[in-house]
This record gives sequence, C-alpha cells and structure tokens, in this order.
Amino acid sequence: MVKTDLLAMLVPAFPLVGAIVIASLRGKLKGNTAGILATAMVVLSFLCSGVLFVGHEVVNALHAAGMHQESPPEGAMHVVKLFNWISVGSMHIPFAFQIDALSLTMMLIVTGVGSLIHLYSIGYMHDDKRVNTFFSLLNLFSFAMLMLVMGGNFLVTFIGWEGVGLCSYLLIGFWYTVPAYNYAARKAFVMNRIGDLGFLIALVMIMQQFGTLDYGTVMDKSAGISTGSPWITTVTLLLFVGAIGKSAQLPLFTWLPDAMAGPTPVSALIHAATMVTAGIFLLVRSSSLFVLAPITMDVVLTVGLVTALITATIGVFQNDIKKVLAYSTVSQLGLMFVALGLGAFSSAMFHVTTHAFFKALLFLGAGSVIHALGGEQDIRKMGGLKGVTKITYFTFLMGTLAIAGIPGFSGFFSKDAILMAAYEKHPLLYAATLGVSLLTVFYMFRLLFLTFFGTYRGKAHPHESPRVMTVPLIILAVLSVVGGVLNLPHLLGGHETMKHYLGTAADGIAGEHMHLAPATEWMLMGITVGSIALVIWLAYNRFAKKTTLDPEAEELSFFKRLIARKWYIDELYAALFEKPYGWLSAQLDAIMEKRVIDGAVNFTGNTTLRLGKVLRRVQTGNMSFYLFAMVVGIIGFLLLTIWSA
Amino acid sequence: MNDIVTVIRSVPLEHYVFLSFTLFSIGLAGALFRRNTIIILMCLELMFNSVNLLLAAFSAHHGDPGGQVFVFFIMLVAAAEVTVGLAILVMMKRNVDSIDINQLNRLKW
Amino acid sequence: MQVLFYIFAAISILSALFVVAAKSPINSVIALIVCFLSIAGHYILLNAQFLAVVHIIVYTGAIMVLFLFVIMLLNLNKSTEPQKSLATRVAAVIAGGVFLLTLLGAIKDGIGIAPPAAYDGSVGLVKSVGVSLFTDYLLPFEVSSVLFLSAMIGAVMLGKKDTSPQPLSGGKVLTKGAGTNA
Repeated sequence: MVKTDLLAMLVPAFPLVGAIVIASLRGKLKGNTAGILATAMVVLSFLCSGVLFVGHEVVNALHAAGMHQESPPEGAMHVVKLFNWISVGSMHIPFAFQIDALSLTMMLIVTGVGSLIHLYSIGYMHDDKRVNTFFSLLNLFSFAMLMLVMGGNFLVTFIGWEGVGLCSYLLIGFWYTVPAYNYAARKAFVMNRIGDLGFLIALVMIMQQFGTLDYGTVMDKSAGISTGSPWITTVTLLLFVGAIGKSAQLPLFTWLPDAMAGPTPVSALIHAATMVTAGIFLLVRSSSLFVLAPITMDVVLTVGLVTALITATIGVFQNDIKKVLAYSTVSQLGLMFVALGLGAFSSAMFHVTTHAFFKALLFLGAGSVIHALGGEQDIRKMGGLKGVTKITYFTFLMGTLAIAGIPGFSGFFSKDAILMAAYEKHPLLYAATLGVSLLTVFYMFRLLFLTFFGTYRGKAHPHESPRVMTVPLIILAVLSVVGGVLNLPHLLGGHETMKHYLGTAADGIAGEHMHLAPATEWMLMGITVGSIALVIWLAYNRFAKKTTLDPEAEELSFFKRLIARKWYIDELYAALFEKPYGWLSAQLDAIMEKRVIDGAVNFTGNTTLRLGKVLRRVQTGNMSFYLFAMVVGIIGFLLLTIWSA
Repeated sequence: MNDIVTVIRSVPLEHYVFLSFTLFSIGLAGALFRRNTIIILMCLELMFNSVNLLLAAFSAHHGDPGGQVFVFFIMLVAAAEVTVGLAILVMMKRNVDSIDINQLNRLKW
Repeated sequence: MQVLFYIFAAISILSALFVVAAKSPINSVIALIVCFLSIAGHYILLNAQFLAVVHIIVYTGAIMVLFLFVIMLLNLNKSTEPQKSLATRVAAVIAGGVFLLTLLGAIKDGIGIAPPAAYDGSVGLVKSVGVSLFTDYLLPFEVSSVLFLSAMIGAVMLGKKDTSPQPLSGGKVLTKGAGTNA
C-alpha cells in the first residue's frame, strides 16, 4: 500500500530532518524555537505511527473477520523496501522497514514518550547555552531508535543500534566541560561497543547460515535448525551479548548509573524508556531463534535474575535521586530478561511498555525536583516537598505506586505476569523475583518518603516547575495508572490484548501459554500484595518522619558497606581492565607512536632535506659545466637509442 | 643530366656522413674547450654547417629538393640567431666587462 | 671527382681544428671563413648551386663580417682570456671524441637507405629550389620574415645603451655603460 509506505518512511524522516535542520541552524535559533521544532517533529512521527497503527489494526480485524482476502499476511507484516542497499555477489541486503505489531508497539512508545520528554526538555533545558545542540541530538536519537525498531533486517536494526549508542555518548557527555561526565560517556560507549561486537559476530553467522538478514526469511528458515544445536546456541548467546551491552545487564551494567551525568531528560528518554529496551526488543524480534536454544534461555534467565538482585540491593543504599532510579532501571531490565528467559516474551514487552511510562515519569519527576531545588540531587538534603511541589509530588507518587506493583496500576499487571511465569518454572524463581520486587518497593518508597515527606533539610528555595514540564508529568502519570488495560490477564476479566496483538509478530509469543490454575494465580497475587503492603509500612516507619540529616559517618556493617560501595564492581573493572589497558596504551604511545611512526615520518622528511642539500649542488651556475652536462646527456641518449634498437 | 648524377653518386653517401660527423664533433669539442664566448658562437656555426652539409648531401643523392630548402631555412635561422647572440654578447661585455663565459654564473643554488 | 672531395674535406677539417685551437679570435674567424668556403665547394660538388652561392653570401659575407665587427668593436684582437684547466680541456676533447664514436657506431651497419632508381639531377638548380620554396614551403618562407623582424627588434633593443639615471650613494647620477669603452 502506497500510503503505508509513505507513512512508514515519514516516521523516521521527521526526527532526522529536525536533527539536521536544528544542527545546521544551531547558531541562529533563539529561545524555545529549537525545542518547539524538535517536539513538533516527534509529535508528527507519533501521529504517523498512530495512523499506521490504526490502519494495521483495521486490516488485522478485517483479516480476522474473513475479509481482506487479497494477500493473507498483508496486515500482519508489511515490509517497506526503500532501496537496494548492499548488493554484492550473492549478498543482497535491502534498506527496508518492517511494519508489524512489534515494531508498531515500539514506535508508539518511542515517539509517544519521546514527544512528552521533548516537551519537558523545553522547560528543563531552557537556560542552557547549548540547548539547540541538545534538541538536535534528541531528534537524532529518536531517528536512530526508530531505525532500530523499524528495521526490516538485522543490519538496519544495527544501524539504529550503533546510532543510539552514539547519541547516548553525545548526550551523556553533553556538559563536556566536566571531565567526570566525559569519562562516564566514554564508559557507556565502550561497554556498548563490547556488546556490539557480539551482535556483529551473530550477524555474520546468521548471514553465513541463511544467506540473508531479513527478519521474515530468517525466522522462517530457522525452523530448519535443530533445537539446541551448537550453532543456534552460539548465535543466540552472541545476540544476547549485544543485548547485555545495550540493556546494561551483568557484567556490562556499570555504565548506566554513571550515565546519570547527562541531563535528566536524557536519562528519562535514553536510559529508561527507549535505548535500554533495545536489547529486549532484539531478543523478542529474534524470538524464533531463541526458542530453539534452551541453554541460552537459561543463561538469559540467570543473568537477568542476578543483575536484578544485585542492582536492587545497591539501589537501597544510594543517596542520589537519579542513581536510585538508575539502579532501579537496571533491576527492572533484569526482570524483563527473566521474563524473556522464561519464554514469556509478551510479558517482557508489556513490562517494557509500562516501564517506559512510569520510569520516564519518575525520571522527569526527579528532574522537576532537581529543577525546583536549583540543582540539588542528594535526597538527604531534600524532604517536605509534598506541600510545595504539589503536581510533581502527586505524579511521582503515581509512578512509585506503579513501579511498586500496587494492584490496579500498570506495573502491577506487568510484574504480575512475570511473577506468574516465574512460578510456573519453579517456585524458588518466584521467590527470587518476588524478592526483587520487594526490594524495589523498599527503595522506591524510601526515595519517595525522603524526598517529599518530613521536613525540608536543604538550603535552597523550592518552587513548582513550569507548566511545560508538569504537563508531560501528568500525561505520563495517567498512562502509568491506566496502562494496565493493555494486557489484562484472563483471570481479572481481560483479554490479554497485547499478547495476542504481538503474537502476530513474534513466533515465540505465539507459543506462549500459561498453565497455572486460577486458584494458584489468586494465591500468588495475594502473597505479592501482602508482602508489598508490609514493606511499604516498614519504609514509612523508617523514612517518612525524617527531620534531620543522617550523621555522615554512619557505621555500616560489612555487608551493608559492600552493597553501599556497589559491590566493588567498578573497582574490579578498573583493576582488571582499565589499568592494564592504560599501561598498554602508554607503552604503545612511547614505543610505536613516538619512536616508530614519528621516527619514520621524521626520517622521510630529514632524508628529503639532506638529499636536496646534496643534489642542489648540481646547479653550479657554471656555463661550461652545463654545456658539458648537455653533451654527456646527449651521448647517453644516443647510446640508449642505439642499444635499444 | 645522367652525367651529373653519376658524378654526384661517385662519392658514396657514407663519406659525407663521416665528414659531417667529424665537423660536428670538432664544433662540439670546441664549445667545451674554449672560454671565449665568441669562439663558442663560432663553434655553434660550425655545427650548423655540418648539418647543412649532410642535408644537402642527402638531398642531392635522393633528388629531393626539400633537403636543400631546409638548409636554406637553417641558414635563415642561423643568421637571426647570430644577430641576437652577438647583441647579447655586447650586453655581456658592458655589464661584467668580460667575455669569459664563466663570468655568468649567478643562476645557481 | 673523388679527389676534389677529399681535398675539400681535408681543408674543412683542418680549418675547423684551427678555429678551435687558435689563440687570437681574429685567427679563429679567418679559419672559419676558410672552412665555410670549403663547404661551399662541397655544395658545388653536389650540384647544389643555389645553396653554394647563398652560403657564401649569407655565411661568409654577412655572418662572419658581423663577427669581425663585434670583435673589432669590443677590442678583442688580443688573446686576453684565461684558459681552462688541463683536466677540463682533456675532458672536452674526450667528450667530443666519444660523441663522434657514438655517432659512428650508430651507422656502423650502413645507412640502410637505398637510393631511388632514377631521378632528376637538376635538384639544386636555382629553378627547382625556387619552385619548391614558393609552392610547398611558402608558409615557412613568409613566416621567416616575421622571424627576422623579431630578431632585428631584439638586437636593436639589446644593443641600446641604458640612459636612465641610476642614483648611487652620495647622490651622484651615473648613466650605465658610460665609461666602459672609449
């Protein structure tokens, strides 16, 4: 359909155009112009995605009703081929988009939440000197992310994959005058790159095996691979390595808390809602491959679970409002990977969606608090903001309730689905994931209480944020509350809409089935709700009445100190990797760079000079010598001619 | 006319070639041998003449008038060249007060 | 006929050697004139009548006279030049010799051109040269007049005395070239 093709091309085109235009005019745009333009671009993308979505739904419905017989899979998956990109020998990789349920879901999330964050940034970044660059980078990021989710083959996705890594680097180090921020940006980029290597090797292997990188063809042909073969295990493990880098799982997760060095909208967009979910998106996209590799699924499960537990414990002891949220993000991503490892692909995507809503909300709310306090990020110096920043408080409360999994909120349904799937595999898994959830509740409510309750312990003059910042907060709060309806389980009277919707796109989802008895489900839900309530009560008693700052030199037990120091993982990496690498780099600089390469270049130059000095003595100016030289030359030429004849 | 042809052809062409080569070499050696600019110019004339002789010999042996016309043009050019060359010589005498060719040695590194 | 050729050849070579070896420039000029005359003799032997006469008129009559004028003008009849070093002179002779040998070596297997069967021996007469000059080679003939024009202008320009005042230190104004020749 022509209209679908056009709309599909417009969706990433708008942010790209926005990025280029704003970047070109960044010296000339004044005030809010860049922000309004950038936001408009993303909103337009959102509208186009919406139209595509509606159209897709309509076709699906018609198809289900027996009409629209012309081309059966037309509505389910539509490939928009832009041009023949790589055509070498037998390798043909077109530049194509794939519009199906999965990509439409991600597109709506990226553009929807993205446009709200763009709107928010207009207020947040208002006073920054480089605000125009910021918006062009945000648009560029949106373009790259859309490229990632709309890709019709692995390589187009990889372009977006790399692009979001680049934009993440640029945006984390946005305030580049501070060296620590640059270090954080570099750390993020390097860890991403390690993951990218895995992805790339997997790409090559897939290309070698199937001769193509198109999603549709690969997924179809994957049926011919035997389950558990070494090849499929290797490929899926490598794809998972890519996901580890991008979605900050163990061992490559330390970049995400450091990435909080970037402006808060960046943290909200990139490191909560979109980029970090790219890993999960990739796994869902390749779910046909993953269901054939049970070993990899177990690895995914283990890594996700361990990451979730470790980072949840670290989050309890953090004192920076953004760091708490960062560790929370890593933990929730771990939960999503647990879901993937269990084969509950649609639950993972559901949690991605709800997480995008409430995590973006929480980050934007944190940004609002930081803005209100003039840059203060330490929660020990906050408190009592409940009465001052009312809207921020209320929306933050909504977000916290959602992430805690209070019944009725969106987070409850998505987390519950994961917990159910965990119980189905093994009750201990359920206990572990429940533990993660309880820790989440604990530190989130600690954050809420320390920030908003009690009395104000700081020195600034808090004020409410402008409307351009609070409106996105409100919208996201609404979504966090009602987002659960997207995938209400059968138990509570819903139709698991999202699961069925996504089932058309990913084969892995189509094979998902929950086999729990309704009674078990109710019991588990009860246990969950009960323990959550207990934890909230504990946190309330501990934190809500804080009036004074804690004494700095609080003596922590060994275990607590270990966790507070982030399990010394950063220090471990520094000793294991950074120091030897730095040493190697210094050695190479001294030997290769200074002696070999510089030496060779200087040698060439010096030799030329010396040779020139010697050779120019030929020009004596002496006429007789010139005549003589001419005669010798003529004799030489004659001899040459005679002997060659 | 056959008489003349026979007469002309009685001296084989190689002799003229040898003669021309010899005169040319003498002129060449002279240009390298002497320092006086005028003598060098005269050796140049000698070289021109050797070439003229060769051209005329070939032309006579092959009946091609083009050779002799070419000699005519060479003479023209030689005349013009001598004119200008001697004018330069006079300038040289005026400026460096010598006609030693090694006095003009400023075009060097 | 061959005897005449050898006589003229001997005169040419000997006078050429004398041109190079003579101490006084005047002697060199005289020797060169003798050489030219002998070459004119060669032309006559080849029945190149037009060339012989033009050769005498242009070369001996005009060019050598010009040389003589310049020598007289510059007062060079004494041999005042220093000679080149022995090594240089030996090198010059050797260079010339090697050049000769190279050229001879080029034709050691014969010239390799067969003369045409029959031709007209009247080549060289004024008439045939004239016809050829004014039909086949008309353009070069006309262009050579421009060549002469430029040579004349050049010679005149070069020969002019530079009379523009050249300020020297002390404020004295001196015209160039004044005082070089009495």
